[in-house]
Amino acid sequence: MGKKILLKGNEVMSEAAIQAGCRFFAGYPITPQNEVPEYMSRRMPQVGGVFVQAESEIAAINMVFGASAAGARCMTSSSSPGISLKQEGISYIAGAELPCLIANMQRGGPGLGNIRASQADYFQAVKGGGHGDYRLIVLAPASTQELYNLTMNAFDWADYYRNPVLMLGDGILGQMTEPVEILPYEPILDLPEKDFILDGCKGRDPRVVKTLVLRPAEGLVDHNEHLQKKYRRIESELSLCDEYRVEDADIVIAAYGITSRIAKGAVRMAREKGMKVGLIRPITLWPFPKESFKKVAYDTSQILVVEMSHGQFIEDVKLAIEAACPVEFLGKGGGWYPTEEIILEKIESMITSPVAAKGRV
Amino acid sequence: MKKIHFEKHRCKGCGLCVIFCPQKNLRMSEDLNDQGLSYPEEIDPACCNACGLCFRMCPDTAIEIHPEGVKNSKK
Amino acid sequence: MQTLKRTEVLKDALTHYCPGCGHGIIHRLVAEVIEELGIREITIGTAPVGCAVLLYDYFNCDIIECSHGRPPAVATGIKRIHPDKIVFTYQGDGDLAAIGTAETIHAANRGENITVIFVNNAIYGMTGGQMAPTTLTGMVSTTSRDGRGQHGEGPPLKVCELLSSLDGVYYLERTAVSTPKDVNSTKRAIKKAFQNQIDGKGFSLVEVLSMCPTDWKVSTAKAVDFVNNDMKEVFPLGVYKDKS
Repeated sequence: MGKKILLKGNEVMSEAAIQAGCRFFAGYPITPQNEVPEYMSRRMPQVGGVFVQAESEIAAINMVFGASAAGARCMTSSSSPGISLKQEGISYIAGAELPCLIANMQRGGPGLGNIRASQADYFQAVKGGGHGDYRLIVLAPASTQELYNLTMNAFDWADYYRNPVLMLGDGILGQMTEPVEILPYEPILDLPEKDFILDGCKGRDPRVVKTLVLRPAEGLVDHNEHLQKKYRRIESELSLCDEYRVEDADIVIAAYGITSRIAKGAVRMAREKGMKVGLIRPITLWPFPKESFKKVAYDTSQILVVEMSHGQFIEDVKLAIEAACPVEFLGKGGGWYPTEEIILEKIESMITSPVAAKGRV
Repeated sequence: MKKIHFEKHRCKGCGLCVIFCPQKNLRMSEDLNDQGLSYPEEIDPACCNACGLCFRMCPDTAIEIHPEGVKNSKK
Repeated sequence: MQTLKRTEVLKDALTHYCPGCGHGIIHRLVAEVIEELGIREITIGTAPVGCAVLLYDYFNCDIIECSHGRPPAVATGIKRIHPDKIVFTYQGDGDLAAIGTAETIHAANRGENITVIFVNNAIYGMTGGQMAPTTLTGMVSTTSRDGRGQHGEGPPLKVCELLSSLDGVYYLERTAVSTPKDVNSTKRAIKKAFQNQIDGKGFSLVEVLSMCPTDWKVSTAKAVDFVNNDMKEVFPLGVYKDKS
């Protein structure tokens, strides 16, 4: 068993990255993720790594682009407005198939918004975000321990699939202090040799890392098909989901990240009152665990989607379950977060509603 | 003795070599290369002192200077 | 006197540049310097967005193509991971002095140990002749039809002058490729900028005034005259900073 220490979520993620061999970090201050660059500026020199405080989020992601092409495990982090700035670089990194970790500790939007937690960047995270047809592997941890473990895994998945990974947290997860077991890094996959690294062409032909494909005429079509094939492979191999008391549930709450943590409390309260309520929580938002959702939807009467936005995650839930049961919604943006009581109240209203009386649809 | 070799297939016909030849010994051809462009030719090979200014100004590395004379294979 | 021919640091490929474009000359100079310093196998170049985006088709060394204006940031990432390798950026005026101004200034001020080749031809070439940050006052482009300065465009941006105020910069020189003498000076400056990096001195930038006959819509001879008469007046040649 590893040592248990108390750390903020942002620091937990940073330490996990260091443990996983991340040796390059470039970032720019933005609340609520400032502990990440602060921690990295202290830790990187201790482990012989590089920390650069970039002049902007755009510069930071492009430094990561360079560091990744140079062969380093590397990451950047930010919060919503900063992630918007990074989208240009993310598109290039995805197009060039370079591995890296990008963390978004989401805050309220749109615009400058506020610095409270939010989940309003869901579409941006899972549907692409920047220009072009690309996907990021998107992870949604619900606790600092899970943030620690997933951060280490993220570097393996990034290297294994040669694809950027996005850690989609939020202000609460980043700022929350919990005991975390500091586990040593063990690769979870047989990682391929990095045969794309730019380190000078001594003893080999020169290499090129690029995203411009002008020739042959169909070259970019082929490249896109290659990317899509990779994405289908990732979908078939990497889809993580957690379920809690769904077996006999009449209502299953669907929530991710910190919201699922609150929802779990609401499930316990509902169970104490004799209501059969469960929880399904995607850990990978892309690939979306469609099969798990579909199965749960066929076995329950209603699904309640809870998210800290006005309804983004709910679209993927509805797509996944193929109308197997009715879907209710509870959510607001702008820094609003649900309490266990608010969720319980919503559950009670659903149980007494005509839809529930009809039973299985 | 010929000291300049023109890789005429590389030439885009810009004429910078003609402009800067201190001997005024270059002119653009009436013949066209594979790209359909004029290329430089020497007026009098004996005038060339292999100074290399044409090589330095050529944006297309279409000129070679051989002070000891261009080998026959490069004609 | 020596034999002069294309260095093998340049591939055999014909470039896509227009007739009389200065990029071909500057490519050759950079390649010759890389060969003379014996650094081809440890050099990593960054390609910009702009006319030189296809740099990797011409240079026989590792190359990464960057998004518009970001080469100094990308080069920072590479150089920090491989401090023992030689990293250069090759950028045009739009890339370096408009969309990438922030990346340029901050890489310069951090004193990143990289070499920047900045090609200033006062126009956006690849996109078809729009106004560049370095377009001269009064100069007509497809987005300054009445001449720069008539509708609030401001005067041309002078990169060497701007960067010379930064303490982090090691070496700045402005040269040209519009006469054989200028070409020789440019090669000397580029060699110095690479040697500085080899010696671990820090940020070195060579700004090269170059011809764009196509988008200036003039003959090769007129383009050379424009650099020699007009551009050199606005952008005086010389060493703007040298800490050695």
